[in-house]
Amino acid sequence: MMRIGLDVGSTTLKCVVLNEQNEVLFKKYERHLSRIVEKSVEMLREVAEQFPKEKVLLSISGSAGMGLAERSDIQFVQEVYATRIAVNRLVPGTDAVIELGGEDAKILFLTDGNNASGLEVRMNGSCAGGTGAFIDQMATLLNITPDALNTLSKEHEKIYTIASRCGVFAKSDIQPLLNQGAQKKDVAASILYAVVNQTVAGLAQGREIAGKVVYLGGPMTFLSELRVAFDKTLGITGICPENSLYFVALGAAFAADGNETTLAEIINRIAHYTAKEEYRACPPLFKDKADYEAFTKRHLNAGVKVRDTLEDGEPVYIGIDAGSTTVKAVVTDKDGNIVCSRYMSNSGNPVPLMREFLLEVYTRFPQAKICACAATGYGEDIIKNAFSVDYGIVETMAHFYAARAFNPKVDFIIDIGGQDIKCFKVENGVIDDIFLNEACSSGCGSFLQTFAGALGYSIEDFAKLGLFADRPVDLGSRCTVFMNSSVKQAQKDGATVENISAGLSISVVKNALYKVIRAVDSKAIGREIVVQGGTFLNDAVLRAFEQEIGHDVIRPTIAGLMGAYGAALYAREKAQAAGKATELSTLLSKEALEEFTHSVKAITCRGCSNSCKLTVNTFSGGRKFISGNRCEKPVTGVKSTEAQYNMFEEKRKLLARYTYKDTGKPVIGIPMGLNMYELLPFWYKFFTTLGYDVKTSPASNRQLYLKGQHTIPSDTACFPAKLMHGHVETLLDEGVDAVFYPCMTYNFDENLGDNHYNCPVVAYYPEVISSNIQKLKDTAFIGDYVGLHRRHDFPGKMYEILRRHFPNGTFTKKDVKKASDAAYAEYDLYMRAVRAIGDKFLALAEEQHKPVIVLAGRPYHVDPEINHGIDSLICDCGAVVVTEDAVACKEKKFPTKVLNQWTYHSRLYAAAKYVVDRADKRVNLIQLVSFGCGVDAITTDEVRGILHDGGKIYTQLKIDEITNLGAVRIRLRSLFAALDLQ
Amino acid sequence: MAFTDRVEFTKEMKKEGYTILAPNMAPIHFRLFENLFASYGYNVEILQTRGRQIVDEGLKYVHNDTCYPALLTIGQMMDALHSGKYDLHKTALIITQTGGGCRASNYIHLLRKALEKDGLSYIPVISLNMSGLEKNSGFKLTLPMIRKALGVLAYGDLLMLLHNQTRPYEKEAGASRKLVDDWTKKLTDMFAKEKGYSAKEMETILPQIAEDFANVPVTGEKKVRVGVVGEIYVKYSPIGNNDLEEFLFSQNCETMVPGLLGFMLFKVDNRMEDIKLFGGSKAKFGVVKILFDYLVGIESHVIRAVEHANTVSNRFTVPSSYAHLKKLITGVIGYGCKMGEGWLLTAEMMELIESGYPNIICAQPFGCLPNHIVGKGMIRSLKNLYPKSNIVPIDYDPGATKVNQENRIKLMLAVAKENMEQAEKENAPKAEE
Repeated sequence: MMRIGLDVGSTTLKCVVLNEQNEVLFKKYERHLSRIVEKSVEMLREVAEQFPKEKVLLSISGSAGMGLAERSDIQFVQEVYATRIAVNRLVPGTDAVIELGGEDAKILFLTDGNNASGLEVRMNGSCAGGTGAFIDQMATLLNITPDALNTLSKEHEKIYTIASRCGVFAKSDIQPLLNQGAQKKDVAASILYAVVNQTVAGLAQGREIAGKVVYLGGPMTFLSELRVAFDKTLGITGICPENSLYFVALGAAFAADGNETTLAEIINRIAHYTAKEEYRACPPLFKDKADYEAFTKRHLNAGVKVRDTLEDGEPVYIGIDAGSTTVKAVVTDKDGNIVCSRYMSNSGNPVPLMREFLLEVYTRFPQAKICACAATGYGEDIIKNAFSVDYGIVETMAHFYAARAFNPKVDFIIDIGGQDIKCFKVENGVIDDIFLNEACSSGCGSFLQTFAGALGYSIEDFAKLGLFADRPVDLGSRCTVFMNSSVKQAQKDGATVENISAGLSISVVKNALYKVIRAVDSKAIGREIVVQGGTFLNDAVLRAFEQEIGHDVIRPTIAGLMGAYGAALYAREKAQAAGKATELSTLLSKEALEEFTHSVKAITCRGCSNSCKLTVNTFSGGRKFISGNRCEKPVTGVKSTEAQYNMFEEKRKLLARYTYKDTGKPVIGIPMGLNMYELLPFWYKFFTTLGYDVKTSPASNRQLYLKGQHTIPSDTACFPAKLMHGHVETLLDEGVDAVFYPCMTYNFDENLGDNHYNCPVVAYYPEVISSNIQKLKDTAFIGDYVGLHRRHDFPGKMYEILRRHFPNGTFTKKDVKKASDAAYAEYDLYMRAVRAIGDKFLALAEEQHKPVIVLAGRPYHVDPEINHGIDSLICDCGAVVVTEDAVACKEKKFPTKVLNQWTYHSRLYAAAKYVVDRADKRVNLIQLVSFGCGVDAITTDEVRGILHDGGKIYTQLKIDEITNLGAVRIRLRSLFAALDLQ
Repeated sequence: MAFTDRVEFTKEMKKEGYTILAPNMAPIHFRLFENLFASYGYNVEILQTRGRQIVDEGLKYVHNDTCYPALLTIGQMMDALHSGKYDLHKTALIITQTGGGCRASNYIHLLRKALEKDGLSYIPVISLNMSGLEKNSGFKLTLPMIRKALGVLAYGDLLMLLHNQTRPYEKEAGASRKLVDDWTKKLTDMFAKEKGYSAKEMETILPQIAEDFANVPVTGEKKVRVGVVGEIYVKYSPIGNNDLEEFLFSQNCETMVPGLLGFMLFKVDNRMEDIKLFGGSKAKFGVVKILFDYLVGIESHVIRAVEHANTVSNRFTVPSSYAHLKKLITGVIGYGCKMGEGWLLTAEMMELIESGYPNIICAQPFGCLPNHIVGKGMIRSLKNLYPKSNIVPIDYDPGATKVNQENRIKLMLAVAKENMEQAEKENAPKAEE
């Protein structure tokens, strides 16, 4: 008798055969490319051939095996459970298991830890996309194999911070790093560390991974450096046992019971398993071939004239679009005809590609006179510096220039590129509203590509498959990671590759329409629509788009080149306006290009405490381009040339006055985050008046966040909340007598709304802190419920609370009353100071004719670790930054379309109203939104509504742990460009 | 703006027999509510629709980052309006509004925004609330109506509990379902005749219901017992939780879902707790206390009814009182934590563990704010208190697939089964001694 375990994972199939002594007779591992039934049968036949006579017990496990097992009536063993069985038997005494699979990440705690007991299992949540598929995706991005990624990372010199939540986030961190010339080996290692961070942060949830730890699964088996990264991060030496790939299959084999049968019988049952087609389907893209031909013919009409010979001395203009995954370049003549163009895959470094292209232009058109050149896209800066390009243009504007050439009446442009979706409305010839995909819904083009690869197709072939699919799978409109599991489900339900291909194209479109633009119907987005970007070159995507919005659109034949084409047109306009029609571009000459060199060095800036990790690109002739900097200091040598009117900075200065003074009294520790930010003046005064010293936790930084990471129970909470763990841990390390972090259902009533709640997270996060930070057990934690909104009742209630915590405290009721009065006065003073600064800045802006940005968020968004320096970035654009609380007070309560019931959020509505009431077009609002903030799903719509009704542009910036500001810069530049054109 | 010029549901509309559409949540309770409203001349229809188009409508009309329940309830109503089944000029909508600090208080406004986007802002939306947030001349909750509604909570809770505890074991499939249907009809008739809803009548009728269930012939086998807690909509609604109840039944489990009465008690008690914690009017406290005590009375009848069932057939798990839950939670999380399901959710988990349901599904909409605190945030504490507890948080949202959710639940069930078998082993030798 043999026991067989079949592990059907998300991407691979594993089979183990055991004899009665539980010795491994056979094992096999291969990718199933979603052909689960065929591959399973194939593998089992192989077993049957080797052992034709044996009776067997077989069970199936694995995340994609459930449906197969159920329908073929074969025992199913849940995969984590199977792992546990195998580990307990093969590596006894194991404390914890870290298992990474194709799309799953799991941690099993098998034994009693220090502070918790019993078996605990953690699987990655529906939001975590890391793991094997993630590493594959990232390797593709680097244009290397996962093995090469592993080898490369051995030589790394530094680790970049890469957001570790899901592949899409990481991508938006990695791409700019590559574009800015970061070394591949460093990026490779950073990717592995990102996986480690994700696993630790997302799954450990308050339990330390320690003791005897076992590493399992494909990535852990194949990537030695990943194991090293885990070892280093966790401070352990993990074991990667023999057969580490097969533990799930082994567990399934061990667990197999029931009636013995023959393998032939099982193969028969599996082979006859035909999945029922019960998935949700969309209408087919094309009725028939004729329908498709009419469609292609129509789109061929939107072309640009191409000519390939030039007169002697004829002026030409060059546009370069260094995008996230591709580099595009276009050369036009003075009438906008295309002379030469190029579309290249960006394998991490756009510089050599561009050099080659420019040399080719010089060689092919020696007679041409290059009058001007413009660069756009993510790599705009580096290209501009490397080749001494005349102009830079923000990519949204470049696309607008190009679209206008095809339809002067264009009122809506949508560009789906490799990694991002950009769309904007055009009203009266001005860009009015810009939608960029926020970190969570990107993917798009490169996602299609990765998926095609996973199924064994090239992107072109894969997309074509879907054109005539009869029942495209309805995959909904969610981000990449979610789609993975939707596809998994569709496969389980028997969807064909054709229908999956069509479904993916449709979901890219739905994603753009309903996630990014959030259109209710086609009327909402416009009539004169120009679509562009490489992804629209895919007919299936284009057709899906037309179907979804219900009318035809224009897809220029150069849809993939529009950014570059727009840049060329822009260069032409600029040159002609400057009267430079006869002059030459500043572009490097042919000779200079031939001698061109480019070297990259990674250093850490010592200019200030930020310690930015800088990438220094040096080009021939000593020209330098530095990236990774948060300020201009490493570039210019001084912090800033012009005075910044930055209210975020002013608020930080105000709060910095409340510092710890050691007078030998008992020390109260206050974690500086969430509502404690704004309330610091209150509590500082309160406790110092009452006879305590007050110590705040230090300024947030990455280390502080990582310190508290392992105690975060819900990784989808907002970043500011998650930071609190680090703050409290740091306070505990510094030694305070008590940590003060009260629960506050209500905030102050500023009479701007119908109620004055705090949001649930702000209100009750102290409960999470006290439940999850075990170290707090040894220090007094004052997390009681406090109501500052009832000034009269507060002192009495507070006295009771403090009595409970300090039974021997010498304070009296009267003392608490006195401290309360002082605290309320101090808070008042602080708020007045804030408002006074606001007034001063507004007046200054008017005097100096500067634009004003009301940077509206929450008081705790002032923390630089949370806002990533967006405040000074706005100032760099020449604007005055004012906070929402400084202008909200100028408004009276007014009716809103939503229940206006949170104090901090009421300020947002009021601030929006203020901006609308200011007739000055140069006063605008940008809303900062923390990723995962549920309440902001409501406020953003309302703030947008208020601004739109008042004829102002709405800009929203989503912030998370992500540190890259590339996308933010585009938004800001687009906004200011739009304002300039107004 | 909409707040000021919202369309009222007028007396005339009621007279004209407007259809009032409501989203479904807890099926047993809501059926009773529907009938209750009908007896007062309100043509309320609890939507029984299912299917993906509900989610799609929701995605189309509601900010996609809004919680899943908002998406579904609004999606279900928009879907109904688009179905062509209703004369839109003779249709109104009704939705609850709690007035708490969670996003849920904004559902009604999101619904109005959805209507506005679709050019349907003439459709009146009625707010069903006990906080006096919005008023409509054509829709008034009278005292008898409120008392009957509270009755529905008690009857619904009992029916749900007995059904859950009987169905997995019934010898004749469908016997307990039939009892639910029979009693729903009987209760509806009684209510229409102004009977059956006073605390006194409940005291006699509730045990009768219990007795009926106790008399259902059962097999007596042992099954894995699973408790379900979570955000209120996702916890109860089959659309919200992908038919969780049916799935658990198919996996051979017995399910316990804490009732609505506890939630009601919690919401009422919050007002008193607020006053205790932060100060406030004694008079208000007094008024709230009257309602609270009335509810406690009803609750005790439900508990006693189950106790009575045990005298007939000793196999029912008796639910704990609200007071007991509150005692359990002391020191784990503060009474002031009231947004969403607040501390009650944590307390329910503790109560489930203590009453023999250590295997728990904590169902929550993806990114549910209160759940960061009282659900996922408290699992660590619970694990410390009850090492044998086996809790799995499951996220629900438009993108989460059933396959993933069921896979997670299966893991929890595998551990549950092992624990059950181990406990049996440990108990077996003792029984022989």
